[in-house]
This record gives sequence, structure tokens and C-alpha cells, in this order.
Amino acid sequence: MAQIQDTIAKLFPEATFEQDDTLLVNIPDAKWHQLATQLKENSELAFDFLVTIVGMDWKDKMGCIYYLTSTTHNHHVSVKVTTDNREEPVLHSVSDLWAIAGMFEREVYDFFGIVFVGNNDLRRLFLSVDWNGFPLRKDYDENPALNPVSTDNERQTDFSTAYYENAEGKVERRVVRVFEPDDFVVNIGPQHPATHGVLRFRTAVDGETIKKIDVYMGYIHRGIEKICEKLTYPQTLHFMDRLDYFSAHPYHHCLCMTIEQAAGIEVSRRVQVIRVLMDELSRIASHCLFIGTYCMDLGATTMLFYTLRVREQILDIMEKTCGARMTFNYECIGGVMQDLAPDFVDDVKALLAVIPKNIKEYNKIFTGNVIAKNRLEGVGYLSKEDAISWSVSGPSGRGSGWACDVRKTNPYSIYSELEFDEVVRHEGDSMARFKVRMDEIVQSARIIEQLIDNIPEGEICAKVPKVLKLPVGRWFRTVEGCRGTFGVYLESDGATSPYRLKIAPPCLPLASVVDHITRGSKIADLITIGGSLDYIVPDMDR
Amino acid sequence: MFDFSIITTWIDNLLRSFMPEWLTVVTECVLIGFVLLLAYSLLALFYIYFERKVCAAFQCRIGPNRVGPWGLLQSVADMFKILIKELISLKYTDKFLFALAPYLVILASMLTFAVLPWGNGLQIINFNIGIFFLIAVSSIGVLGILLAGWSSNNKFTLIGAMRSGAQMVSYELSIGLSVLTMVAFAGTMNIVEIVEAQDRLWFIFSGHLPALIAFVIYMIAGTAETNRGPFDLPEAESELTAGYHTEYSGIHFGFFYLAEYLNLFVVSGVATLLFFGGWMPLHFPGWDGFNEIMNYIPSIVWFIGKAVALSFIIIWFKWTFPRLRIDQMLSLEWKYLLPINLFNLVLMVLVIAYGWFI
Repeated sequence: MAQIQDTIAKLFPEATFEQDDTLLVNIPDAKWHQLATQLKENSELAFDFLVTIVGMDWKDKMGCIYYLTSTTHNHHVSVKVTTDNREEPVLHSVSDLWAIAGMFEREVYDFFGIVFVGNNDLRRLFLSVDWNGFPLRKDYDENPALNPVSTDNERQTDFSTAYYENAEGKVERRVVRVFEPDDFVVNIGPQHPATHGVLRFRTAVDGETIKKIDVYMGYIHRGIEKICEKLTYPQTLHFMDRLDYFSAHPYHHCLCMTIEQAAGIEVSRRVQVIRVLMDELSRIASHCLFIGTYCMDLGATTMLFYTLRVREQILDIMEKTCGARMTFNYECIGGVMQDLAPDFVDDVKALLAVIPKNIKEYNKIFTGNVIAKNRLEGVGYLSKEDAISWSVSGPSGRGSGWACDVRKTNPYSIYSELEFDEVVRHEGDSMARFKVRMDEIVQSARIIEQLIDNIPEGEICAKVPKVLKLPVGRWFRTVEGCRGTFGVYLESDGATSPYRLKIAPPCLPLASVVDHITRGSKIADLITIGGSLDYIVPDMDR
Repeated sequence: MFDFSIITTWIDNLLRSFMPEWLTVVTECVLIGFVLLLAYSLLALFYIYFERKVCAAFQCRIGPNRVGPWGLLQSVADMFKILIKELISLKYTDKFLFALAPYLVILASMLTFAVLPWGNGLQIINFNIGIFFLIAVSSIGVLGILLAGWSSNNKFTLIGAMRSGAQMVSYELSIGLSVLTMVAFAGTMNIVEIVEAQDRLWFIFSGHLPALIAFVIYMIAGTAETNRGPFDLPEAESELTAGYHTEYSGIHFGFFYLAEYLNLFVVSGVATLLFFGGWMPLHFPGWDGFNEIMNYIPSIVWFIGKAVALSFIIIWFKWTFPRLRIDQMLSLEWKYLLPINLFNLVLMVLVIAYGWFI
């Protein structure tokens, strides 16, 4: 940490530093792009992974906090860039350095109205084009008359805007086309069987070949971050299972850990073991569902039933303990809601017994099939550099050779004591992404095996004050969700509800990279590639 | 072996005894049309039920089991539902072509019924270019699909229709060539004669290697021709929602649906005719007692039984394999099946010329 601080201080004397759970660098906007270039390209720093951009409104100032990680040195830094101008807030874009930054900046623009100079495609990301106001600003007018529910056709535009600095340093606006006038644009989505939810790909095709894809999100945007600002901390938890509904447990786990860290609550060993067990069970269930639906997208419908058989068994286990088969509200601040069901251990052992047999069967039916190989191998190649630049984490990133498993890079809970391998493949194609998930099921089963006989006794929930107030401060935590690095940024002003709760979902980068990977492929490959990335729409839309 | 022509001749003579020549022909046409339609819809009902049960078995499910005993009436209920559904008329479509397309598709599959060897003496027309007629009329179907895709004025249907056009035109070559191989072996295009030539031994056995190759290619191409998985790209639901028939509703959609099932039957029926002796019972030279016993099973049971067994294989493909991509599918046809087929034709000619067959 100190070394990073020294390096930056030497290069940028105007930078000031704060120490939270990560090092925070304050830099004026004018120097931000230079600093960003140094952060990325200086080999001592090498911050090549942009985890998230947190848009912020501090009432007197507006700005962003950038969370950066270096994949080579495994160190972290955050950078705070602010502007005093509330009427026309302008910051410099870093979309030329990190490919995913363009998308993250669009999100900040959508919620805060901050304009990023140098971003070539600055449109709203989730809200409709004619939305009035920027909802996450603290002075946002919530009057429904301003944004009435429209009964007309959906408003949309084929134009985007770009902001750039002219010779005198003044910011100017330019209109850019999303598609060429004579492009043949096919709407894949929002109601389409292969988009796994209401996501829309505006696809410009030339015959069967894809020229460009414009990812159009926001059909299930529920404003969870906005809603959370009005809820108490225990209440905010209940939205974590509405994001990626297959990783409800890891997501709950993440927010619980963040709040527990902030409030200084210690959780018992029993709780930690239960949480990890639940995380890994959901990972198996999620990957099983992925394999099934992926094969179904490719036309091998029967596989779906074989994988759902295993998932069903897991859902039964969850149902007995959590009382639900989906959207589990099991973890709570300080522990878990109720103790494990009496036959939990037996059920899990029965599950562990069938997994190897099933994996063998899946490989026999699908992985070794010549048509499947032709459809998957070499299709949708994503290099390691691109995966990092686009922040494609999770199994998809590991299929490109990027060892990005948070359980290994920054172990949380009891993961550091457990024995398991991080599955990494270097082919970078759809088949690699598919096989990574297949192997991760085995690794998750290995983790469960180690824990299932050693669940310690202890209390299932620590003593938590009835009215929970967090001290003033900011916290950022990441966990390994079923689809990638999931982060929660929490800023508290000392009240009972968060000042800002930013969710950094893994699926937003996964959907954003589709355009990059699919160019020049066939329409059928869009399904192969999109399926292999395995995004969940509610997770990206929030 | 019971000869059904006894019955048909008797009916013909009966009608002729009190009717003028032209009225007899008209009456017979109407009768045949009626029987054909009945057979067509009954077969469709059976196939829908059959596929659902088979696929349920593959997928560890039970399948339809609520309507009627063992769910037997499920497909009847489905058919009834399709019949009472509204035919939604869309703006901005080519109304005439839009309405015409499903009829073309169903017409093509129904016409092929005319030359299938249903049983001993039980076919609708018997003429010397039966096989040729079959290939010709089954090609009309692709026109219907192209029209459906085009007239719907929808991008998905258009892409689906284009895929279908490319696919069917390509695979028709393979079908044609493997049929040609067998026609060369039989030495005739007449359906009845082809069946009778297999009285001693089915072609798949007597033609050994080239017949086997032709059979495998025919089954692959036949699956592609019927737009069924793994060649169901024109209606790949995960890519093109429903492909060329996305915009159809009610019975117009039902026609496409029926035609798909019936084409499945036609393809397996023709395979039965060319490789498994049509309605001819299983005979082995020298096994007279066995042959005699086989003859007790009625010819119509033989034909439908064999066709359904072959359909089972095609259904099995569909529920096992993932879908191919358009370029892979076309390269399979043009780079592999077609050259193999041409080579196989030469092989068959050699087999015939040197008398290497059994």
C-alpha cells in the first residue's frame, strides 16, 4: 500500500491520500486521465482490472470512485475524482484505457448526469431515453407526474452522443450514429428465448454474419440502489436475491460481510461454515442450470432435464433449510436466519454421491459430441487481455486464462483454509467457458465434502442491535458469485440507512463484451457466445 | 400375402356396374381423397403422441398422461385447440402469399402419400416414374416455406426462410443421389416393382455396403429435408424464435406443424420402400418356414411398422444432438455427403455390373 502511495505521490504531487479498507487517491479531474494512464501502464502499478465505477453525490460535490485491481501484483487502489459543478458535471473518461469503463460511465451518466469527456457513446443505459432527471442524485424529484408511465410504443433512438474537448479546451457535444443508415438491424430480444431474460440485442447483420451489436439494457431495472437508500440495513439485504437469483447466497454473504465489517460484528465459526456451504451449493445449482440451458439453446433439449435433476436435489436441500426454492432470504446480519434442517447433512451427502456420475453422463452426451465440439470450439474467442480489459470475471474470465477467483485472490470467510483448485483454461473459446463450469462443479463438491462432516456447534446469529447504525465511512467488498466478481460499495453517514449502496454486478461486463466477441460471427454464434458468458439480466439491470 | 387389389378392384367394378365411366373416376377420386385425409390426420395425431412419449422417455419424464387413457387423447385435444384458434391477420403482410404458403407445404407432403407402398396392392397411383414423382412433389414444400418467410414481412421469418431454402435445396441433392443409387440397384422407378424386387431379400441386405452408405446418407439428408433437429435451423427457436412460421396462428400454423410430422413419416416411408422392402415382409433366401410365418403379418402392418421404427431413429437424433450452424450444415452437405454419395453411386454401379450383390 505504502509503495503504491509513494509511486503515485512522486508522479502526482497534487494527489492526496486517504486510507480506508483500500487506499483512496484524491485527484483533480484535470490530472485524472494522466493518473489513469500511469495506473494502467506503469509496470509497478499495473492496475489493469477496473472493478467498478461508483457514481457519488456528496451534495456539495459530485464525482466518481474508481475501484482498481492489479491482476499481476494483486493489489488494490481506489481513486476519487470530483467536480463542484452540479448543473453540468463533467469528468474525463477513461474508456480508452479500460474497455468496460465506457459502459460503467454510461451507468454513472444515467444515474447522476455526469458527462464523461472522451466517451464516444454516452447514452442512458437503463432508463428510457426521455427520462427526466437523474434518479440517484440527492436532489432528484420523485414526482411521478414528471415521468408518467407511457402507454405508447417504447421510445428509442438510433443516435448517441459523444463529448469531446475542442482546441480551446471547451467541451462540445456531437451526435453519433449507433448503426449505419443501410444496416439490416434485427432485434434479438427483449422477448427472445435465447437472451435469458428481457435483454435486447440490436444486431446489425450482413446475411448471417454479425456486423455490430448494440446491447440494450434496462427492461428489468428496478432501481434497487435507489430503493436501498431509503431502507434500513437489514432491509437492504432482501434485494440481494433479486439480482442474480441463482447466486442469492453469495450475494447475501457479500452484503452481510460488508455490514458486519462496518458494524464490527463477529460471526461464529458455525455461521461461516454454513454460509460457505450454501455458497457452494448454489454454485453447483447455478452451473447445472447453465449447462442445461446452454445445451438447450444449442438444440440439445434433453440435457436440460439431466442437469435439472441435480439442481432439483439442491433446491430440495435449500427448501428444507431456507424455506424457499429461489430468492433465499437466509443470511442475515450477524449470521443466518435459522439453523440447518435436521437431515441437511444426509441430503448433502446423497447429493455428493450422485454428482460424479452425472458429470460423467453430461460429458458423454454433450461435451464429447462432434456437433457440440464444432459449435463451441474456437467460437467466441476472448483473449486474456480483453477479458481483463472488459472485466469479464468469473468462470467466463477463467475460460480465457485469467485466474480471477476472488476465493483465491482475496480469500474471504473461511476459504483460505479450504483445499480446492481454481479452474483456469487458456483456450478462451466457448468450449473453455463451458468446461470451466463443468470442472467448478467438481471443485465445489470438494469444498462441501471437506465441510459437511465438520460443521461446528455454535450460535447461528450474533447479537445485533435492533436499530443498526453504521459509523461514518465507506467499505467495498467483493465475493465470488456464481458468475463472477460481485462487489458491494457501502457509504454510511451514520444513519440507519445507507447513504449510498452501489452494487457491482458481474453480469454487466458479461453482457457488454458480447458486441466485442461476436463481431464477424454468425447469428447462431451469438447464441453460443451469449450462452457461454451466462449473464443474468436482473443482475445487470438491478 | 393378402392382396388388397382384390378389394380395390371389387369396389371399382361395383361402381362401374351402375355408373358411367367419368362418374366412377370422380367418385373414386373423392373416396381416395377422403381416405387420404383421414389417414393423414390420424397419422399426424399418432406422430404427435408418439414423439411426445418418446421424448419424455429420453428426458426421464412421463409425457402426456392426463387426457384419456395413457394420455392418448392429448393430441386430439391439441388438434382441436388448434382448429378453434383465431387466424390472426397481420398488417403489412402479403395477404395472398401469406395465406397460400401453408397450403403449399401441406399439399407437397400430402401428394407424396400418393406413391407410398401402403400394402400389397394398396397404393393410390402406380406408374412407371413413381420415385421421380415423389422427389418432384416433395420439392414443392420449400416453395411454401420461402413464401411463408417472405410474405410475413418479418426479419426472423425471412432469415428462417433463407436458411430453409439453402438447406432444402442442398439436401435434396443428397436425397436425390441416394435414391438414384437405389433406383439403379432396383433397375426401375416403379414403386410396385421396387417392392417386388425385394421379395427375396431387402435391398439393405442384398445391396450390402453401397446400400448401407446410401441409407445412412438418406437418413441424414431426410432429417435435414424435414427441418428436424439437429438440422432444425430454419425454426431454431433459440435463434429465430420460430423461424419461417413465427407469424402464423391457428390452423395455418397447424398446417406447418402437421406437415413437419407427416414429412417425417414420408421420409421414413420412402426409406422403408428403398431399403427395407416397403410392405414386403422380412424374407431370407432359403428360410422358407420363417418366410411363411412372416407372410402372416399383414403387409400394411409391415409398412407402417417399419416406417414408425425409422421415424423413431429420426426422433432419437432430434432429442440427443445439438443443432448445427448454417455454414457447418452446408459444408456437411457439399463437402462430405455429396462426394461420398457420388462415389457410392459409382460403387453401386460396379456392384451391379459385376453382380456382387447377394
